Amino acid sequence: MSNNLGSMPLRYRVTIDREQCMECERCIENCSYGVFRRDGDRILINSRKCTACHRCLAYCPRDAIMLEEQPCDYRSHPVWTRATREAIYNQARTGKIILAGMGSVANLPIIFDHLMLDACQVTTPPTDPLREPVELRTYLGKKPSRLDLRRNPDGDIELATELAPNLMVETPVMLGHMSYGAISLNAQISMARAAKETGTFMGTGEGGLHAGLYPYQDRMIVQVASGRFGVNIDYLERGAAIEIKLGQGAKPGIGGHLTGEKVSKDVSRTRMIPQGSDAISPAPHHDIYGIEDLSQLVRSIKEATEWKKPVFAKIAAVNNTAENVAAVARSSVDAVVIDGFRGGTGAAPRVFRDHVGIPIEVAVASADRELRKQGLRNEVSLIACGSIRESADVVKAIALGADAVYIGTAALAAMGCRVCGNCYQGLCPWGIATQRPDLVERLDPDVASKQVANLIHAWTLEITELMGAAGINSIESLRGNRDRLRGYMLDEGLLDVLDVKPVGA
Amino acid sequence: MCGIFGVMDKRRQMMDGSGIRQALSIMNERGSGEGAGYAAYGIYPDYRDCYALHVFLDNACESKAVVDATLEQWGAIEHDEAIPTYDQPNLRAPCTPWRYFFRPDPSLAPGSATPEKDVITNLVMQINRASNGAEVFSSGKNVGVFKAGGAGSWPEAVADYYRIEDYEGYIWLAHNRYATNNPGRWERPDPFNLHDWSVVENGKITTYGTNRRYVESFGYTCSNFTDSEVITYLIDLLVRRHGLDINLAIRALAPPYWEDIDQMPKTEQDLNRALRFAYGSATMNGPFTIVAANPDMMVGFTDRGKLRPMVVGECGDCLYISSEEAAIRAMEPNVESIMMPAAGEPVIGRVAP
Amino acid sequence: MMVKLVTIDAKGMHYTPLNQQVRRAVEDGADEVVVQNVLGQRFIGDGLKGDATIHVYGVPGGDLAMFMSGPTVIVHGNAEHAPGNTMDAGKVVIHGSAGDAVAHSMRGGKVFIRGNIGYRGGIHMKQYEAQRPILVVGGSAQTFLGEYMAGGLLIVLDLDGAMKARGIGSGIHGGEIIIRGDVDDACLAAGAKKVPLTDEDRRRIAPVIREFAGDFGLDPEPLLNADYTRIVPASARPFAGKYTWE
Ligand code: SF4
Ligand code: SF4
Repeated sequence: MSNNLGSMPLRYRVTIDREQCMECERCIENCSYGVFRRDGDRILINSRKCTACHRCLAYCPRDAIMLEEQPCDYRSHPVWTRATREAIYNQARTGKIILAGMGSVANLPIIFDHLMLDACQVTTPPTDPLREPVELRTYLGKKPSRLDLRRNPDGDIELATELAPNLMVETPVMLGHMSYGAISLNAQISMARAAKETGTFMGTGEGGLHAGLYPYQDRMIVQVASGRFGVNIDYLERGAAIEIKLGQGAKPGIGGHLTGEKVSKDVSRTRMIPQGSDAISPAPHHDIYGIEDLSQLVRSIKEATEWKKPVFAKIAAVNNTAENVAAVARSSVDAVVIDGFRGGTGAAPRVFRDHVGIPIEVAVASADRELRKQGLRNEVSLIACGSIRESADVVKAIALGADAVYIGTAALAAMGCRVCGNCYQGLCPWGIATQRPDLVERLDPDVASKQVANLIHAWTLEITELMGAAGINSIESLRGNRDRLRGYMLDEGLLDVLDVKPVGA
Repeated sequence: MCGIFGVMDKRRQMMDGSGIRQALSIMNERGSGEGAGYAAYGIYPDYRDCYALHVFLDNACESKAVVDATLEQWGAIEHDEAIPTYDQPNLRAPCTPWRYFFRPDPSLAPGSATPEKDVITNLVMQINRASNGAEVFSSGKNVGVFKAGGAGSWPEAVADYYRIEDYEGYIWLAHNRYATNNPGRWERPDPFNLHDWSVVENGKITTYGTNRRYVESFGYTCSNFTDSEVITYLIDLLVRRHGLDINLAIRALAPPYWEDIDQMPKTEQDLNRALRFAYGSATMNGPFTIVAANPDMMVGFTDRGKLRPMVVGECGDCLYISSEEAAIRAMEPNVESIMMPAAGEPVIGRVAP
Repeated sequence: MMVKLVTIDAKGMHYTPLNQQVRRAVEDGADEVVVQNVLGQRFIGDGLKGDATIHVYGVPGGDLAMFMSGPTVIVHGNAEHAPGNTMDAGKVVIHGSAGDAVAHSMRGGKVFIRGNIGYRGGIHMKQYEAQRPILVVGGSAQTFLGEYMAGGLLIVLDLDGAMKARGIGSGIHGGEIIIRGDVDDACLAAGAKKVPLTDEDRRRIAPVIREFAGDFGLDPEPLLNADYTRIVPASARPFAGKYTWE
């Protein structure tokens, strides 16, 4: 034995109510982690392999399976928490950087939950969305800061200002970038269909554009990341917009890599790298080491696509986000995406996931404020992402200054994801974060696309109701309208940064 | 961030500002049109023994009175006047550029080896630290900085605003700003100057906080919040006050990796280790190319990972350092040699004595 | 057959109209486009398709032939930052030197440079099926040569003196770097290893060297017979040993 630590206490314990169980073996079929196996007339359980993905529970016809988290206690201690102790055991054994799946698990207050929305009472009337239109349509891209008008020989006023290309979304909720490779093609197709159906857009992630998505390409925002996987002129021309990924909220300042095992034949074709080779995305774009290099990359993309497509840039929310956004706004970029520190990911070093970055609420508010201060707000649209969980978060993000949001984990959850955080294993029993054909097959795009579309519809309805209650019938009247927010139990410094008044004020 | 350019004539032959204007404007793509500036050495021969103080005055009455009073405390004003400017269609001046030709009183810095420069350093800090509507933005003998910020401050507009072709110098530095914050502040764009030294930077150091705290512990006050301000003070500290040769000062600012030091012969190893020991807090990290000048030399160096470009050209007696080759060719189409020095290989051009 | 030639005077022209003119000329069937008086204009040949030849006289700006897919660009002078950036197919021939990040993320085609290149040359070049990028440098290269390289062929002929590159092939996980002469072990980064150049390798690179010599009017024979050091990834998974799971 190379260490004296033995095995760790179980993370989850799975039990079967033998009274209920009819030994149909659906749990054995469904659990891709191999927790269940049949031995004679009994189903045996190896709880150590369980990830709490809930697939077995969801498909047990008798509700016979029960799952318990952390069935074994450590001595409770406020400093030496279970997580810190287990990290030490892990690193004492391996000497390596700990990677973890999904977003931050740091137990910090969520600002969204401390922001309350406003509604009209007597001094102004609410709008009834059943009777009156409430416009959610949003245009993403550069807006002129003033108009150049001229009178034609007939005396009519004509517009002389040339409008920059904008993306039109019917609802301010878009589907964020999750690459083919990180998630399955069926998951991408499901989301693409949902985007088409709901009049929104979806990000490709940095894995290129699979031919199966060509039918939806006018709904796709193609990403250019530091690895430049799948990026060529054809790819750029197919996308409705192009997004340069400069950072990611879950792991600001570092790159990532897709391990060779996940680079299947099909993934390799889309990323344009050999099958089975690691796909390494360096931390910076190695042609961008300064802000003027970003303008150079943006303009090279615009030159290549003849200035016909909006170009977005995505950055992680960090200390000087406001200055970063203001810098990006001068680079010919049309929209800036800000990804908060709670953003999801297939894999990120635990120490980054839980310790680096700032919340999206603060980042959006300070970016919006700085852009206004510098007279640049019309130069770019702002897209917020990184832990947008429900329609109220969307409304709050917009009131803090965003034009629209990207959702990631929420869309995956709509397809069945239970946020088990084991995407890296490539065995996702829901057919989402996996390339194993039998698992991918479990996710039927006809069904899953409907679920994602349902979610967007439902949120859209809720946003409409919330806006109506606030007497706002057009989304641009909500944008940056912090007067319609109040902070509940937020400290003065934070309220100041958010530019939001406390409840009761 | 930005585009930078420097040119030096080793035999002190004078160049007017039209050439560098041309060179800088070729690199407009590197800036955002919200700031540009020029520094020139040798432009005030009639006042060669006075310190030329260039000051932005928020208003020519109250702010000027403050500067007048401060200067009179520290020495004698030989002459002062508004810096001639020429309106440009899109450039809006929120302040009045003024210049003083000033003789510091060396007896006010007793015990100093360079009393005049200590007096100048102190009074510049004193004026710039206070919110008095006055910012001294250059303060050397026979040298002057000309710069502007805010919308419309493209290199050509700033050059024309000051008509820099009316000035003749043997060293010129220029900088074209890509603004990220406070775009409207005129003191923000480089060059930054403190008496002898002027600095232009392309890049952004990640060590600003460390470097600033370090240099402030020696009595400098950073009130401009730019990299070039800290860099100028670091160079002044290391070269003038600590007596390091410029070579070693640059080595302290951008030192070799430990791995490389480990490979050096013993004495060199000791020296380099000692430099890193003593000046660890002066080490600058992050992407940068810096061109700095004083009356006797122009130097250029990059960060140790060489994350920013630096192109060096030579033609006759002239040395050029630029972010892009095209800018050198715009000024001197017949440039004789073009090189791209490596990280850790500073370019040092000295004026013939 | 008549060669259709279009000449463009780029003096004082911004790159957008210049690139539009080049694009239009190629779309209109020009076989050769001659661009004169180039001074710092970026993105020449950016995203350009087809098989025309573009002659550039002067010093073009950065990202020459970026995203290019097919044409040949010949620069009669030096080039700036990152020529051949994310290029897909075609050829770039530079009769001078070039700046940093030459052939960054290049996936296919050839970049031939007679002079020297700056830092991070060939960074993250990658290959895919029939696409295999080739970067040949006549002079020397600087540090971080072939960093993150994931495929393709990078040759440095070092015709004008000692190689300056250190940290060669840091994070290399595909492709090969072939340098004329010997390379000190200390110049290799972790993840890269030296292997002998086999006769088979020599046969493989011979046509590339011949083509390079032909483009610049050099005698190929001494180059074909010279000694070379071949540098390849020590592993296809350079970072695999760095991480453990939660
Ligand atoms: S891994 Fe999932 S399917 Fe398997 S036992 Fe655990 S919860 Fe059930
Ligand atoms: S997508 Fe990831 S987190 Fe969601 S169920 Fe699958 S493996 Fe678990």
